[in-house]
Amino acid sequence: MNDMTPDREERSANLKGLGCSRKRVEDARFTQGKGNYVDDIKLPDMLHGDFVRSPYAHARVVSVNKDAALALPGVVAVLTAEDLAPLNLHWMPTLAGDKQMVLADGKVLFQGQEVAFVVASDRYVAADAVELVEVEYEELEVITDPFEALKSDVVLREDLEGQTEGAHGPRKHHNHIFTWEQGDEAGTNQVLDNAEVVAEETMYYHRTHPCPLETCGSVASMDKVNGKLTLWGTFQAPHVVRTVASLLSGIEEHNIRVVSPDIGGGFGNKVGVYPGYVCSIVASIVTGKPVKWVEDRMENLMSTAFARDYHMTGKISATKEGKITGLHCHVTADHGGFDACADPTKFPAGFMNICTGSYDIPVAYLAVDGVYTNKAPGGVSYRCSFRVTEAVYFIERMIEVLAIELDMDAAELRRINFIKKEQFPYTAALGWEYDSGDYHTAWDKALETVDYEGLRAEQAERVAAFKRGETRKLMGVGLSFFTEIVGAGPVKNCDILGMGMFDSCEIRIHPTGSAIARLGTISQGQGHATTFAQILASEIGISADSITIEEGDTDTAPYGLGTYGSRSTPVAGAATAMAGRKIRAKAQMIAAYLLEVHDDDVEFDIDRFVVKGAPERFKTMKEIAYAAYNQAIPGIEPGLEAVSYYDPPNMTYPFGAYVCVMDIDVDTGVPEIRRFYALDDCGTRINPMIIEGQVHGGLTEALAVALGQEIAYDDMGNVKTGTLMDFFLPTAWEVPNYETDYTVTPSPHHPIGAKGVGESPHVGGVPCFSNAVQDAFRAFGLRHTNMPHDHWRIWQTANGLGLHD
Amino acid sequence: MIPAAFDYYRPKNMDEVIALLQEHGDDARVMAGGHSLIPMMKLRMAEVPHLIDLQSIEGLKTIEIENGQITLGAMVTQHDLIDHDGLAAAVPILREAALQIADPQVRYMGTIGGNVANGDPGNDMPGVMQCLDAQINLAGPDGPRTVAARDYYEAAYMTDRADDEVLVSVSLTAPTGGYAYEKQKRKIGDYATAAAAVQITKSDGKVATASIAMTNLSDVPVWSEEASAALIGTSCESAALDAAVAAMLGDIDPSEDNRGPVAFKRHVAGVILKRAVTRAWDRA
Repeated sequence: MNDMTPDREERSANLKGLGCSRKRVEDARFTQGKGNYVDDIKLPDMLHGDFVRSPYAHARVVSVNKDAALALPGVVAVLTAEDLAPLNLHWMPTLAGDKQMVLADGKVLFQGQEVAFVVASDRYVAADAVELVEVEYEELEVITDPFEALKSDVVLREDLEGQTEGAHGPRKHHNHIFTWEQGDEAGTNQVLDNAEVVAEETMYYHRTHPCPLETCGSVASMDKVNGKLTLWGTFQAPHVVRTVASLLSGIEEHNIRVVSPDIGGGFGNKVGVYPGYVCSIVASIVTGKPVKWVEDRMENLMSTAFARDYHMTGKISATKEGKITGLHCHVTADHGGFDACADPTKFPAGFMNICTGSYDIPVAYLAVDGVYTNKAPGGVSYRCSFRVTEAVYFIERMIEVLAIELDMDAAELRRINFIKKEQFPYTAALGWEYDSGDYHTAWDKALETVDYEGLRAEQAERVAAFKRGETRKLMGVGLSFFTEIVGAGPVKNCDILGMGMFDSCEIRIHPTGSAIARLGTISQGQGHATTFAQILASEIGISADSITIEEGDTDTAPYGLGTYGSRSTPVAGAATAMAGRKIRAKAQMIAAYLLEVHDDDVEFDIDRFVVKGAPERFKTMKEIAYAAYNQAIPGIEPGLEAVSYYDPPNMTYPFGAYVCVMDIDVDTGVPEIRRFYALDDCGTRINPMIIEGQVHGGLTEALAVALGQEIAYDDMGNVKTGTLMDFFLPTAWEVPNYETDYTVTPSPHHPIGAKGVGESPHVGGVPCFSNAVQDAFRAFGLRHTNMPHDHWRIWQTANGLGLHD
Repeated sequence: MIPAAFDYYRPKNMDEVIALLQEHGDDARVMAGGHSLIPMMKLRMAEVPHLIDLQSIEGLKTIEIENGQITLGAMVTQHDLIDHDGLAAAVPILREAALQIADPQVRYMGTIGGNVANGDPGNDMPGVMQCLDAQINLAGPDGPRTVAARDYYEAAYMTDRADDEVLVSVSLTAPTGGYAYEKQKRKIGDYATAAAAVQITKSDGKVATASIAMTNLSDVPVWSEEASAALIGTSCESAALDAAVAAMLGDIDPSEDNRGPVAFKRHVAGVILKRAVTRAWDRA
């Protein structure tokens, strides 16, 4: 039977394991319209919910009259806070230690806030009934600016009045949420006071929104006969939702089944718990029928979790030669009406303390003040690990500003301050231990590939031509070097509502040598069914094509903390490898028994165990799997299964070097991206094609944020960008060609050395696009201008520099 | 994004359409491609209890070109405009403008009639029609009548068309000389930040005739007679362009929105007009 055995190379290729650009197994159904999303779920007698939302950003709710709505044929119920109060469900806890109204309890705090939940037999009837609910409001003074909020006598959160202590320490004002301090304030100030050069800058990282193509929604079905609640929904963390649902409702956790079906993008928007989920559950309990709630695009943009909204002030000091000596950062964080940030519990500003970036900065200090305003709650990590986009934007802008202050080349300034390869593992001034990196190699490769010197020479010529009146286009060279911090995280310091941020994998090998693996994560487009099978293929010697990956059903999947913050590969990917190794360990014993040798006399070889020194004597994993089920092996239980819960010893720290070349029409403010080069180092590369796709997607969302995507409010708290006409979601037309590249610096503590990549391009891309715009104007005296760099703001920058005179 | 209930009609001829309009008055609207009206209904910003779909009416999808006279049926789509080689040869500005409207999916559905009739200041074809001095042909209970595109628009969404009239076609004389439709937009699918439609004829190296219309810079499309006049007799040199821009700026009245403040829009309107004139002149 061994005559036709393929050679090792062929056997390895057949596995489609690590490093294989295997096509995504998910795509067959997605490209044929055969996905199964929440809104595809249709159950017998299902009812439909819709919200009455506040048109005002701050108002007292004087009365809600349901009569006309209830009189409409097909309307089953209209729920208000008054109806939820007896169940104690009119408020719910947030992930950030605050609480949030499920339905308006006496007042509303942002435009679009949920006031009443209409339940009807038909989606159209529900929408008609929403219009018939009469709500009387008394308008209150609106505060959309966090600095104003901290000065105002207006109390936004009357429910917290008199509480001087919040979830994260003392509150300084009735509209203040927390102050979060990291690092050495006195030491940093001392260095800044005595520095040869100090650069200061204030920047606003505007509010934006993850805007996944599929909006949020849920279907709740309470079976009153067996007491079981099934909840399908757009959940990035289904197990956490189950635990929260149990704690809120009092239904025992084993009687709740949460299912995340196919999810059409999350980007952080689907981490939190929304009033719609709670209302669909309550409505199902009340009516005894399944209840579906799916929000529309405008509801998604105006009421579900936003991202960013950080007002940042930085001071960076250096020697005259450009060696950075200290960094000071203060953030005023606008959290909206409720603090519903989705961060690990102990990190109210996420991992903003990664703001020393990729640089060896001896001393640093960070303080973040969270503030309430009349804007929607949220503050999620939009395609990034917790607040890392803000941190990297901050440091990459501070580097540029320092380069201007020093009259130095910004690429060189970065080079002389990078943490050196031999310094890893490196403990940063604000506490994180960077696991591995080789920044100089990546940087040099990037600059050489784009011919950085040549670009600067061309730029200088362009500036001269502009000044001579020969062109009206300026050229910007955008640089960014980022270090992400992903894979939350070690249970010792990372939890969500008390749940440690481990993750899990459970594997069952079938008798005929194929397998199913279930994980605590949930793909929203990342391609887990493809890549996790590849990790396992390399670990257990069974082809990825013979491994089913299943996620998202809490009745079957092991407990996990879900997918966000690029944690799936660092944490669940590690659990997968570790579970695979348990399978392999048992397989080794079975193989030894079958080959009649001692356990230590066999070794794993791609897809089999061979007798050491006698490779012609072997048992394939397929043979071993069969034996596990049909032989009585002394001392070994039948079957071949394993489960692993993985608590990562550290975060992983992917990094990358990006360069953007941009031409800017100073008369129209239109930027044109000529070239974008992205080098990513995500450690061991599992599927290069999926990595490339992730990089393209992350860069595209970075382009969006840098060049126009924002949630803007007017002074009355009205959302000005509530539709995709005004909220910038790029299409193929706006997106340039991306050049991708890589280096490989494996994580020393991850079982396969992988670090995570889905969010890196967003983290590194935003400052790169922004720096390109700003660099174009550096020769004319621009120091800093805020994003988003849409046409009129670029025009305004040019205008302010006198370029239209 | 769930519309209120409405009755849907798909009549077979124009008499039926007009009868429905007379019967329901304000409560009825005709629909061509539906790409403006349906989103407004879904947002419940337009309430249309009686929706009359024109797609089964014979003869509204024709493009006629005869002796330099062109008639475009109301149901001709933007895609049809792009796809018709004879039309592109006769009135090339139509293809150039249509290619700058939204994306292919929208252009398969969106029609010239809807674009012109709706009176949305963001639509591109009204300005193009004013530039071309097109005639708008209406059918109504008192029979057909024709209005010049330059007289048709009264205010945002307000036109000379009576509630019981239907735009059935636009007709125009094939222009000669150079043309350009220049549009600045933030992204695909966006309305213009500023756009200019320009037709220029040349005689003895000078501008003989010129026609300039601007899009989305006022609550109606703006045909600028004075800007056009400023170019006549010139060779579109810098001073002539400046004069045309100055005249045009006297006619527009942009308002601030997410595309930018008024000062920016006025600046860009000038830049876009100069680019359009320069391109049209080069082609003349």
